[in-house]
Amino acid sequence: MVFDPHRPVSSADAVACRGVGKIWAAGTERAHEALAGIDLDVAAGEFVVLLGPSGCGKSTLLYLIAGLEAPTSGEICFFGDPVERPSPDRSLIFQETSLFPWLSVGQNVAFGLSIRGDPPEARRAAAREALARVGLAAAIDKRPDELSGGMRQRVAVARALAMRPKLLLMDEPFAALDVQTRAKMQDFLLDVLQASGASVLFVTHSIDEAVALADRVVVFTARPGRIKEIVPVPMPRPRDPFAPDCVKLRRLLTEALRSEVDRAFAEQEALAATG
Amino acid sequence: MPGDGTAAAPGRVAAEPSAGAAPRAEWPPRLRSALERLGWSIASVGLFVLIWEVCWLVGWADPKLLPPPHIFLGDIPDQARFFNTATRWQIGVNPADGPSPYGAVAITVASTTLRVFAGLAIAAVLSVAVGVAIRYWELFGKLTLPTITLLSPVSPIAWLPVAIFLFGIGNAPAIFMVVIALFFHMVLSTISQIDNVNRNLINVARTMGATRRRVYARVIIPAILPQLLIVLRLNLFASWMVVLVAETTGVGFGLGQVIMLARNTFNPSLVFFTIALIGLLGFTSDWLLRQVQRRVLWWVPENGGVLRGL
Repeated sequence: MVFDPHRPVSSADAVACRGVGKIWAAGTERAHEALAGIDLDVAAGEFVVLLGPSGCGKSTLLYLIAGLEAPTSGEICFFGDPVERPSPDRSLIFQETSLFPWLSVGQNVAFGLSIRGDPPEARRAAAREALARVGLAAAIDKRPDELSGGMRQRVAVARALAMRPKLLLMDEPFAALDVQTRAKMQDFLLDVLQASGASVLFVTHSIDEAVALADRVVVFTARPGRIKEIVPVPMPRPRDPFAPDCVKLRRLLTEALRSEVDRAFAEQEALAATG
Repeated sequence: MPGDGTAAAPGRVAAEPSAGAAPRAEWPPRLRSALERLGWSIASVGLFVLIWEVCWLVGWADPKLLPPPHIFLGDIPDQARFFNTATRWQIGVNPADGPSPYGAVAITVASTTLRVFAGLAIAAVLSVAVGVAIRYWELFGKLTLPTITLLSPVSPIAWLPVAIFLFGIGNAPAIFMVVIALFFHMVLSTISQIDNVNRNLINVARTMGATRRRVYARVIIPAILPQLLIVLRLNLFASWMVVLVAETTGVGFGLGQVIMLARNTFNPSLVFFTIALIGLLGFTSDWLLRQVQRRVLWWVPENGGVLRGL
């Protein structure tokens, strides 16, 4: 897909960002620009991976799209409507455990439904169904601290899916897991998503993860975060990580990212020298 | 009170595993660890008592000034005589009309305990409400927080005259003292707990469509409860200290008043007897609060920070 930043915002697109920028602590001496001039469209049902060095503003973009923070400049639309506040249609999944420790697994999954005011029986049924989809139906009455890290993230995915969101925003959701669990979780995520039809914006700094999951990979530059390159990945899933196309793609992304990491390091060194 | 004989008991069981192995294997691990902790508590107190008794035996501790435990705990009926709860200052009341010595001890202990818990409950409810309000309504916070911060380092002792001016004598000034001693710290602690709630939890609730009010009710308050209960347990000891100070003045009767009486009549035995009583009460009330914590806050791992040793 060729992207034209001047293309008008279409209500068929899950997300449309036009010239989005964010300056943290604007107007103070600690102000720093996290994002600048982001133009990005995400089609309905598309899986877009945001790839970049740490601290490049990828997560900031997710928060802006979720509506948790307002952009300093530019506009974000969700199916044609401007994003002004958080909405259950856009679910956010975090890197670290974000389950409420005082609620059972089932109550955690049903949390959004109870905020919405669903009756208790309907909530429990929906929680059971969502947990069944992530393969944890038996854990419905367990406590979050009785589960492993991978299981907790699956519960977080179930909680997000229970709201039947049109867009899933995932902020390095598997970064805290070990490599084997992470690979399992990626397969599982693709299975679950196929059934839900939601679009996904997935932040990671792992090239392997991007290659395994994405329809398109958006490579970020650092400080401020800008889009450096958008790489389509037109391969069917599940993908063999050692297939020639995947290896080629990995090399391409590694090189794109390396120059950014080098630049970030050089900047930090210069900063340390002057400071 | 534990003597040397009971203190040695847990050590002996541990030293002879073969003798105790069969029944111990069937004990649930929870009971076993509880018994083990109890054993160490008894050993610790026993050691302290032993050192004191030895000091007395070799003549380092003058029994007139530092009477060892077997003296001040040896004649409890004699000590109980001093716990006079008769309303002596009222005209037309005969001092002999008061309750029996043991009844007077029970009334004294109960009324001091009641003051502690009444003050603790009022302070907890009030300070959590004010702390949450400070963060919830920005204007309220801006108007009250500086004053609260200003008043929090003031020693509760400084409030004693105020308590008497405002409430005269009786239960009210003692309870007021406990409340005032805890209130400011607990408000500041509530605020700092609120500021430290995991942002992810708040953001999850917000993306699920929770309003600000819902975020406070469903996320922030449950998230700060565990730390607040620990703060409450720490402050429980503070309120035991403050209530004694309050009772040394115009309260009428209470453990603080007994200590004051002991001071005025130069009765070290009575002082140490009362100290032992207070220690026991503080220990018991902390244990009770811990049981509450276990029931109410089941998701919190059970180690109360600094208080774990108790």
